[in-house]
Amino acid sequence: MEAASITETASAGPPARKLSDVINAYALPMLLVLALVAQFVHSPHDTLDDVKTGLSNGTIWALIALGYTLVYGIVELINFAHGEVFMIGSFVSVSLWATFGVDEGTSMPLMIGSIVVVLALAMLASGTLNVLIERVAYRPLRNAPKLAPLITAIGMSFILQNVGLLWRPTPDSAPDLIGSQKNYFTVFNVGIEHSDVFAVVVTVPLLIALLWFVGSTRYGKAMRATAQDPDAARLMGIDVDRTIQLTFLLGGLMAGAAGLIYALYNGTIRFNQGFTAGLIAFTAAVMGGIGNLKGAVIGGLIIGVIQAISDSGDYLGLPLGPQWTPAVVFGVLILVMVFRPQGLFGEETREG
Amino acid sequence: MLATARTRFDSVTATLPPPAWMIGGLILAILFPYIAGTGSLLDASIQTLAYVIMALGLNIVVGFAGLLDLGYVAFYAIGAFVIGWFGSQQFPDINGGKGIHILSSDRATFQLKLNGTHAEIPGIHINFFIVIFIAMAITAVWGILLGAPTLRLRGDYLAIVTLAFGEIVPRIFENSTSGLFGIGTTDFSNGRQGITPVDTINLPWSKDLVYTDLNLKPAYWVALAMVVFTIFVNRRLRDSRLGRAWIAVREDEVAAASMGVNLVRTKLWAYAIGAAFGGFAGAFLGSYNNTVNVDQFEFGFSVFVLSMIIIGGMGNIWGVIVGAVALSMLNRYGLPELNQLPIGFDPTSVSYGVFGFFLLIMMVLRPEGLLPSGRRKLELHEGETEGEDAAAVGDMSQMYEVRQ
Repeated sequence: MEAASITETASAGPPARKLSDVINAYALPMLLVLALVAQFVHSPHDTLDDVKTGLSNGTIWALIALGYTLVYGIVELINFAHGEVFMIGSFVSVSLWATFGVDEGTSMPLMIGSIVVVLALAMLASGTLNVLIERVAYRPLRNAPKLAPLITAIGMSFILQNVGLLWRPTPDSAPDLIGSQKNYFTVFNVGIEHSDVFAVVVTVPLLIALLWFVGSTRYGKAMRATAQDPDAARLMGIDVDRTIQLTFLLGGLMAGAAGLIYALYNGTIRFNQGFTAGLIAFTAAVMGGIGNLKGAVIGGLIIGVIQAISDSGDYLGLPLGPQWTPAVVFGVLILVMVFRPQGLFGEETREG
Repeated sequence: MLATARTRFDSVTATLPPPAWMIGGLILAILFPYIAGTGSLLDASIQTLAYVIMALGLNIVVGFAGLLDLGYVAFYAIGAFVIGWFGSQQFPDINGGKGIHILSSDRATFQLKLNGTHAEIPGIHINFFIVIFIAMAITAVWGILLGAPTLRLRGDYLAIVTLAFGEIVPRIFENSTSGLFGIGTTDFSNGRQGITPVDTINLPWSKDLVYTDLNLKPAYWVALAMVVFTIFVNRRLRDSRLGRAWIAVREDEVAAASMGVNLVRTKLWAYAIGAAFGGFAGAFLGSYNNTVNVDQFEFGFSVFVLSMIIIGGMGNIWGVIVGAVALSMLNRYGLPELNQLPIGFDPTSVSYGVFGFFLLIMMVLRPEGLLPSGRRKLELHEGETEGEDAAAVGDMSQMYEVRQ
């Protein structure tokens, strides 16, 4: 991509933005909006329902996508095992509830307490796991060619997936603690379910906390400095290894939270849920411009809506459905990576 | 110690003319079925030979040209479906229900009716030896089509896009049970049931099948012939102008381009030829396994083939073969053997986890693989410690490997 980025910086000189640049920058977001509007005209109620499902599901993808984008921003590595970290988050949550004996019959305050405690523990477990992965699989290869850590990442992902397989060989159901299918309230004839509210209520504070942490604390500043230039950061007295560890920890924490939400939201967990979820979230991260935290969140929401519309089975008369959803999401992934590697919002990254 | 041992080994192999030990190996390979008997070892060897072809094909893309391809399974799928379409009853209505038969065996041509007369079997039935080359051509075209959009990408973005293609292609096959994207009503894949039975092999000038389930030896020889063909093409390509261009692109794309290497053409050739061998082996496996089923075409398989290359030694033809044989046999015999141990779980269920573990260990401890290509090894250790490199320049063994 070096050749491409050189020409881009040359042509996109300061004030005179060419019309083609503007079109180029807004074409894909506009196309997405148009596609959504067309579907809305085609069948308004279903579309609203899909958008609702997509946005609440998208919060889960957003949380996972943050892990990809944080790590990529700082070490330029696709943490391929991140989806599995998310899966372990789900598994830990469900196992902890089983150990504590929490189920649908537990009284309200106790149940809320258990969710908070389990959330903290699942986040901690996933965070620790992500730090361990960095230590074992990535740190020894920090100076190796880029191919090498990607391959160890795949290896790590397979190992963890098979750990999950041994832990729970068959799909398991999570306790329906929040009564996820029940309607909470109704807007424009669209039922907002408990699960939707739950996903948003857990995700939003986490997102705000993360943005605050990266944007306003000393540690966040160290992370941003390391992302810009690791060598210069080291010269300024920043412990780069420590900062990278912290980044993996943050990504893992978010993935753990996503794992818990996913378990309660969908009601089932599977050892291979991390593979697809990881790729969907990675698509979201690329869509938002990799390295860009807010972009990852927006990308997560967009990909959630795309997925929901594809799942519902009819896009402008095109017979889609759940069996096509992986192909649709991967198609979007390819389109974005090939034509818009810098993401929808056009911020240059080192890869783009 | 290891370095001196290798130099000695190299000097021994260098004294023999290369054909001598290659011919020796070939004779051993040809006689192998008489040692192996007709049981499961022979069956495993036949599968292994097909994996060797795939590993050599992927080695062109990953090892020679340095383009990490995580979607190789797509070409296995396309190759297997080509034989599924051109060697089975998948399209029963074609030619008014009489089918199309080109040099097909008697068994694939006529069926005995209840009243004692013979009728033609419906569907397309083309001779295996024609279909494998059709499969090569079709997968090569798809290699170019899937490779073209990735030309601008590098490194991990390239890997992820190829992975996405590897996931999309089997989904399209799986869902094309009633026309393609809702157009038409032809069933292309039988969904999750898959296409079965698939025609087996007969020589173009004979109406009899070359092998039966009771005597698999001829199937082994067919696979071996395909492997020999693949190795021959690989060696010739590696030493050709194109092969040198691949290595130049792998080492430094910008430098290669500025020396006049056409990047687009060089990369597309790598994709096309690599894919063609995937289709070649895929068609063979489709016929040999007697079924073409989308469940076989999962991401894990791409990583399985990639592991063979990495464990054997990226870029080195003989290393890749060793890696393919080792992993394939480990998968077939090693893991079930471990089942005897009191570890509390079935190791075959976590075979992909075991390959993942190997990938991890190899990449951390010995990224150049068991039998590295000298050049690749230097690339992988580039920038580790400059002082050591400088000291090593005086070392004859090092210089020899640079020259290789």
